[in-house]
Amino acid sequence: MTKVENNKAWFLVLPVFLLVAFSAVIPLMTVVNYSVQDIFDQHTAYFVGAEWYREMLQDPRLHDSLLRQFIFSGCVLLIEIPLGIAVALMMPTKGRAASLCLILLAIPLLIPWNVVGTIWQVFGRADIGLFGWAINSLGIDYNYAANPMDAWFTVLLMDVWHWTSLVALLCYSGLRAIPEAYYQAARIDRASKWAIFRYIQLPKLKSVLVIGVLLRFMDSFMIYTEPFVLTGGGPGNSTTFLSQTLTKMAVGQFDLGPAAAFSLIYFLIVLLVSWLFFTTISHLDKAK
Amino acid sequence: MTATINKPARFSGVNSGAKRKVDTQLRRKLGISAYILFVLVPIYWLLNMSFKSNEEILGGLSLWPQNFTLDNYAVIFSDPSWYMGYVNSMTYVSLNVIITLLVALPAAYAFSRYKFTGDKHLFFWLLTNRMAPPAVFLLPFFQLYSSVGLFDTHLAVALAHCLFNVPLAVWILEGFMSGVPREIDETAYIDGYSFHKFFLKIFLPLIRSGIGVTAFFCFMFSWVELLLARTLTSVEAKPIAAIMTRTVGATGIDWGVLAAAGVLTIIPGLLVIWFVRNHVAKGFALGRV
Repeated sequence: MTKVENNKAWFLVLPVFLLVAFSAVIPLMTVVNYSVQDIFDQHTAYFVGAEWYREMLQDPRLHDSLLRQFIFSGCVLLIEIPLGIAVALMMPTKGRAASLCLILLAIPLLIPWNVVGTIWQVFGRADIGLFGWAINSLGIDYNYAANPMDAWFTVLLMDVWHWTSLVALLCYSGLRAIPEAYYQAARIDRASKWAIFRYIQLPKLKSVLVIGVLLRFMDSFMIYTEPFVLTGGGPGNSTTFLSQTLTKMAVGQFDLGPAAAFSLIYFLIVLLVSWLFFTTISHLDKAK
Repeated sequence: MTATINKPARFSGVNSGAKRKVDTQLRRKLGISAYILFVLVPIYWLLNMSFKSNEEILGGLSLWPQNFTLDNYAVIFSDPSWYMGYVNSMTYVSLNVIITLLVALPAAYAFSRYKFTGDKHLFFWLLTNRMAPPAVFLLPFFQLYSSVGLFDTHLAVALAHCLFNVPLAVWILEGFMSGVPREIDETAYIDGYSFHKFFLKIFLPLIRSGIGVTAFFCFMFSWVELLLARTLTSVEAKPIAAIMTRTVGATGIDWGVLAAAGVLTIIPGLLVIWFVRNHVAKGFALGRV
């Protein structure tokens, strides 16, 4: 579809522009302002230039939580994307069963994030939770509050439980958009199931998968509430991710300058990765 | 998908093919059932706990309530400081959905129909806000809304949630609008419709499922978010999810009430998704399938 060149369209975009400017640009400028100052109280502040940035870039807290964050987001993508595709392929295609599946799958997405944390906090406990009890009664010593490996496992399992549905629903809608004629052609060629998946379904899923990967990357990279409720970042710092390190620094210790510098570095990382995704999406759109 | 492949038996014909068909059907059903079970069991456990007394919860494991009780729900519905949390959450979520749709509809139309100076940059800039970690904005938001006197109001949370909902809404709506052929616009203009009349009378009804899906997504992301909502409120507009944390008392956690409150936060989502169930799959693909 060709678009008409018309600068009056700016008037239509203006409300969004003003609203987002108010709720994003002003706060962001505040953060930039903090990041170059050393603030003692409301009236005493010194300009320190790039010092906080230098300090933050060498801060082991940032390095550690950044590393954990990348491992976490990587694991999330590696598990949730293939599992989501598999679930979408198994879903019924039409009728009541399909609607019911859609609704049931969507439930975890609609639960407030701290309730998700609460659910797994309870579910994983050995004394009152079914899951923790079941694992312990298998003879495996499992305690997410004391053992870092168990904590990681629980946080990952929780995220898979929480978000795989999103990938599945995305893929499901992508699969519904494939015309029946494609399958008929495949049948005539006696194509194997793998061939159908590889050469018909997967290519058609490409655009929804890009959206899925983008959303899952962004959201897992910003994760805060669920692990905070479940493990509180512990045991030790083993499940403390970027957002939590940042919140601890800004609200807990009130180190405004370093926290602001941290914020901007954090934001830039997300922005950089997302920009790569965005260019990929627009290239795909063009290819269509 | 394989179901549609296997459905007409004409091509596979032979007996073994039919048998294999039943096998794969069965395996798919088992697979999807297993996954749905995995989704539902933790939620069932919460529901189960909400009907038990604390003594029973801590006393030992049981797959269903032995002494069924509604006391935990009674605690919530009889105490205004509890149930007002639901009212507060509903209020700011509704406000957010209205504000978001009002500003996003014209903008999405502009993006889907016109080329204008800086459109691509603007679109990407909007999306970057969806990518901004809320933790980054915590403190500035607190100061900004305090300084304009909006702290602890529903409007503050509704506006703060626009940060991620407006970009998302523009993105989804743009996808749905691009699916409407632009000949319709042109015909309407030739017929003498003004922009306002065309937009309200013809265009909006055409994309109403898209609007429904967008409203659903805004509802969802505003309903589940807690970090900003908690930071921007103290008493008057405190969301239910934040009130839940106070079940942690001196005597330990009141598990029963915590579970009941949790169950009650799931219900609004269920009601809303029922209305958009037929469009939700397309919506999850952000209108781009």
